[in-house]
Amino acid sequence: MKHTIQALVENRFGVLARVASLFSARGYNIDSLAVGETQDPAVSCMTFVVNAEDERILEQIKKQLSKLIDVITVVDFIKKDYIDRELLLVKVNRSSKSKEIFSKLKKELNVKILEEKDSYAVIEFAGDHNQINFFLDELKPLGVKELVRTGKVAITK
Amino acid sequence: MKGSQILVESLKKEGVEIIFGYPGGSVIPIFDRFYDGPFKFILVRHEQAAAHAADGFARSTGKVGVCVATSGPGATNLTTGIATAYMDSVPIVAITGQVKTSLIGNDAFQEADVTGVTRSISKHNYLVKDVKELAYTVKEAFYVASSGRPGPVVIDLPVDIQLHDAEFSYPDKIHMRSYKPTYYGHPGQIKKVAKAIKESKRPTILAGGGVIISGAHQELKEFAEKISAPVTTTLMGLGGFPAEHDLYLGMPGMHGTVYANMAITESDLLISVGCRFDDRVTGKLDAFAPEAKIIHIDIDPTSISKNIKVDIPIVGDAKNILGALNEVIKKGSDSSSWLKRIEEYKKKYPLRYKKSDAGKIKPQYVVEEFYNQTKGKAIIATEVGQNQMWAAQFYKYNYPRDFLSSGGLGTMGYGFPAAIGAQVGNPGKIVVDIAGDGSIQMNIQELATVATYNIPVKVAILNNHYLGMVRQWQELFYNRRYSATPLKNPDFVKVAEGYGVKGIKVFKETEVVNAIKQALEHDGPVVMDFLVEEEENVFPMVPAGEAINRMIGGMA
Repeated sequence: MKHTIQALVENRFGVLARVASLFSARGYNIDSLAVGETQDPAVSCMTFVVNAEDERILEQIKKQLSKLIDVITVVDFIKKDYIDRELLLVKVNRSSKSKEIFSKLKKELNVKILEEKDSYAVIEFAGDHNQINFFLDELKPLGVKELVRTGKVAITK
Repeated sequence: MKGSQILVESLKKEGVEIIFGYPGGSVIPIFDRFYDGPFKFILVRHEQAAAHAADGFARSTGKVGVCVATSGPGATNLTTGIATAYMDSVPIVAITGQVKTSLIGNDAFQEADVTGVTRSISKHNYLVKDVKELAYTVKEAFYVASSGRPGPVVIDLPVDIQLHDAEFSYPDKIHMRSYKPTYYGHPGQIKKVAKAIKESKRPTILAGGGVIISGAHQELKEFAEKISAPVTTTLMGLGGFPAEHDLYLGMPGMHGTVYANMAITESDLLISVGCRFDDRVTGKLDAFAPEAKIIHIDIDPTSISKNIKVDIPIVGDAKNILGALNEVIKKGSDSSSWLKRIEEYKKKYPLRYKKSDAGKIKPQYVVEEFYNQTKGKAIIATEVGQNQMWAAQFYKYNYPRDFLSSGGLGTMGYGFPAAIGAQVGNPGKIVVDIAGDGSIQMNIQELATVATYNIPVKVAILNNHYLGMVRQWQELFYNRRYSATPLKNPDFVKVAEGYGVKGIKVFKETEVVNAIKQALEHDGPVVMDFLVEEEENVFPMVPAGEAINRMIGGMA
């Protein structure tokens, strides 16, 4: 069961290591993790996508996170109305089909072509889970050379 | 003021009087300050013992224990003691030297990533990188260690920071927006508990170490008497409820009493206070308290519904919550037929052992005799294994903070240094370490410490020439293949004497009474080597992973 959880933490040396070692010590699976400063430079926001086998483990993950001394709050997004996004950078091969595919993607999704060379192009896209799946499906015929993604961030409505 | 002096002044502000430790290159400035007092400094002979001694001091006094070690190996030697304190929620502050800040990360001499190493075995840790933060860090460390669910906190202090200058001002308050333990139970939940108690016919109380930590033993007694519920205490909870009380059931779980396990199994309402449902307590989870509604009172939210699904959780301090329940509850439901059934179990399956016929010493008898001669007023520390279980089963703990044992981590070598810490913190009390011949050798070098300061700890080695608990499992489950468990031991009396400590060898059952008398009368440390029945087992026993009402060696 995939789950989005967000923790506000003290922006201090070693906090990420504490969180990471909590997950590894207790055997929890993280699908993605995005960390960055908030409007308050003393506070960082960590957004986790976790794969919890059941409700009990999910509860433990949230409680164990809250228990870390440097964690200020933990929010579980399942009960919230929220917007989430993930940013992808993709390097794809260019071929005869690329022009058509790119223009379709530009029309349907908010993609940006950051670089176009003879043999490849670098595309930027930010979207939610479904949009990302659609985007990646569309690119498949071109052949993805390289794919990097930031991990999901989320904000409540 | 130099960092080293700021540390000393801060520790003074925290009321520290006793420090356990070992010097080394990265803590010389701190030890230079110690030279002028005001602390009583106990030099151990291995850093692990410093951490255990601080732990034993903390468990027996309720104050924060403090230990100091140097960087690198000094700090890594502390880690077993830190992990032990973490598993059993013991407040200690461990101060470690670190290489100077400019060398951190350079694989410098005696460098170890101490905050990294201790991250998952401490409640919190700090690396102090600026002398201006030192006083506040000490304040916060003591607060974090002793508040909420207590635990060990590590302060890693680079040697250059110890030498840097700053103005000393000790903060009055700390502000931590990210750490706010819950002390008072939710009133709605308390009402629910009161209602459940009213509806219950077979209530049973399961009390753990939380009762002792929060000082809730009086409230627990009042509560149990009010609702007429029998009380079982876990290993960590021994002494949290008077062992000689009619409602007392002894310890539950793997080596618990038959009647405690039957009470849990047949109960319709299990009220757990400050206990985290360790696997040694629950046995097979599906068969644990199958008929009971479960109430769980604990200060640590992560303990709730971690192992056992809880029906009514209350997060908060045991003392406050039991106090609140005592106010709300007038009296419980009629549990007289339940108590009668328990009485029958107690009569039918008492905790017992076969008396010796060949005059050999039964280890259980040694423990009982310590109880008789100390009138149950000693502090008993244990090592880990059979000695620990016999000490738990056959000494009656009527007072909190009298039983010191590594329950969670199960650290062999804990008992002796913990007894040292307890004795230093309780100079007027008799302190006994119930040891095994295996465990005692894990920190036997501390004989030098007790000899140096004339710390009158009595070490009682139940010497069966085996790593007894593992041997017992090998006997019962591995076809008596005693792999790596027989021990060829030194002459413990000679070892003791070599350190300048009195040694007494006890060969026969008839000598036990006198030997203990002699040891207790001796004004100084004593090592007693009891040559006990070699293949004696700890019974009753629930095989690992079995249901707790399926005990062997107790129902016969």
